[in-house]
Amino acid sequence: MTAERHGRAVAAGLVGLAAVAALLEFVIRAGLVSPLIVAPPSSLPQAFALLAREGYLVAPFLITMAQAFAATALAAAVGVPLGFILWRRPLLGRAYEPWLGAAFAAPLILLYPLFLVIFGRGYATTVVVGALAAFIPIVLQTRAGLLGVPPVLINVGRSFHLSEPRLLWKIIFPAAAPAIFTGLRLALIYALVNIIGIEFLIDFGGLGRVVSQMYFQYQIPAMYAAIVLIVIVSLVFLSLLQRLETWWRPR
Amino acid sequence: MPGALVVENISKRFATSAGALAALEGVSLAVPQGRFVSIIGPSGCGKSTLFGVVGGLVPDYEGRVLIDGAPVHGTHDDIGMVFQEESTFPWLTVLENIMFPLDARGMARNECRERAERLVHLVGLDGFGNSYPAELSGGMRQRTAIARTLAAEPKILLMDEPFAALDEQTRLLLGDKLLQIWRELAQTTLLITHSITEAVQLSDEVVVMTYRPGRIKRVIPIDLPRPRSSEIVESAAFGRLVGTIWHDLREEALRGLAQTEPQGVSH
Ligand SMILES: Nc1ncnc2c1ncn2[C@@H]1O[C@H](COP(=O)(O)OP(=O)(O)OP(=O)(O)O)[C@@H](O)[C@H]1O
Ligand SMILES: [Mg+2]
Repeated sequence: MTAERHGRAVAAGLVGLAAVAALLEFVIRAGLVSPLIVAPPSSLPQAFALLAREGYLVAPFLITMAQAFAATALAAAVGVPLGFILWRRPLLGRAYEPWLGAAFAAPLILLYPLFLVIFGRGYATTVVVGALAAFIPIVLQTRAGLLGVPPVLINVGRSFHLSEPRLLWKIIFPAAAPAIFTGLRLALIYALVNIIGIEFLIDFGGLGRVVSQMYFQYQIPAMYAAIVLIVIVSLVFLSLLQRLETWWRPR
Repeated sequence: MPGALVVENISKRFATSAGALAALEGVSLAVPQGRFVSIIGPSGCGKSTLFGVVGGLVPDYEGRVLIDGAPVHGTHDDIGMVFQEESTFPWLTVLENIMFPLDARGMARNECRERAERLVHLVGLDGFGNSYPAELSGGMRQRTAIARTLAAEPKILLMDEPFAALDEQTRLLLGDKLLQIWRELAQTTLLITHSITEAVQLSDEVVVMTYRPGRIKRVIPIDLPRPRSSEIVESAAFGRLVGTIWHDLREEALRGLAQTEPQGVSH
């Protein structure tokens, strides 16, 4: 029943997408927007074929995927414990929460020359910038999730004589899981945006670089095809995260 | 199965922004083994505080809590607690919720499951073992919480207004269920409630508390015959007991109201 409902939601989403594509196609064909600025959706199959011919399809896709994964994993490995500490030490939490919240708005990507100097023109730079952008939402959401755990659930655990680690692992973290996963989803998106941005700027790596090359070669449909691929990377990741969440916490 | 509970001269003060607040003052009571005692009092009189002190969740109080004559500190294996607030784990099914304390003790998985299934039946949730709390009514969730507490086989059962959020009919019927479970398991039971009918329906003794600071105002023995069912509410004896308790409670409830309503504050 839920699978059926899920299927219907996906179908509805695709119908909407098709409608937007049709509208774009119409607007471009009618001459309201130049095809040199926006590629008509009907040109995408050919564009994908072009990318595939030039070897720009699979490898960049995998490279961007791997970087986004590495950056998000790194950010989670640092961000979840940090969020935990900011929860455990309320003074630290109150002290640093506003700073982190503000730093969230910093256009980290504009500091890319600095990271180039430190890490060189390589994957270390893209992954570190991605992770830096990603760890803030994880810290904030982890802390907020832990703060939001109903005290009564903790009391239930204490009334059952749970040890401190068990209390954390069996009650507190599962209770905070939805917020933490929201943090991970945001983190993934921030990591991906920043990684693509750097790839674009330094002409290095995966799909961001393909976008920049197609742009400078004036292959507008191929550029849009690369952007579609980026969206697919994020779709794949978000659905993996969804799976991980329902596996760990079914409700 | 022993399990006599004695509460001796408990006082508890909270430090609040408006200064020290005396929540409990010199509360003493005894629940002999296997008896059912209810505590009733107006909102804010310190019932949950007493529940927390007896269960070992509220620190820094004066006085003593004794189980079978021995003073206890902190949480205790002999005491099971059912909380006033929604307390089922939403990420676990009914069965997994009930298995929780057994799992935590390292009991073998299939033994856990067997015992949990018996409890599902005992609290009348047959067929809902694999449902999640979000799919249940409030009363069913509260029964899940009760079954989870019972799974640990405590000698003493403390309950803090377990049915407060439910309507009167459901509450009467769940009262029957509770009595049936109590007959079966024979636990020493201390029930906190603000429903007079619930207190009379279930208890051997009703303890009336005063409004802040919470003290014991009167202990009223309920000499209605057992086994009881909720039909007892029709009897004249039931009505008299409800009247007696309301007489005592009314004064305290009015005092509570006067202190919390703005126009009632006169200093
Ligand atoms: N942790 C706390 N810090 C400060 N004051 C508290 C704390 N817990 C309870 N109090 C105060 O102690 C008094 C008694 O609270 P308690 O929760 O025990 O009342 P109650 O009788 O259970 O009320 P209700 O019937 O509404 O559940 C209240 O005035 C409450 O504000
Ligand atoms: Mg209370």
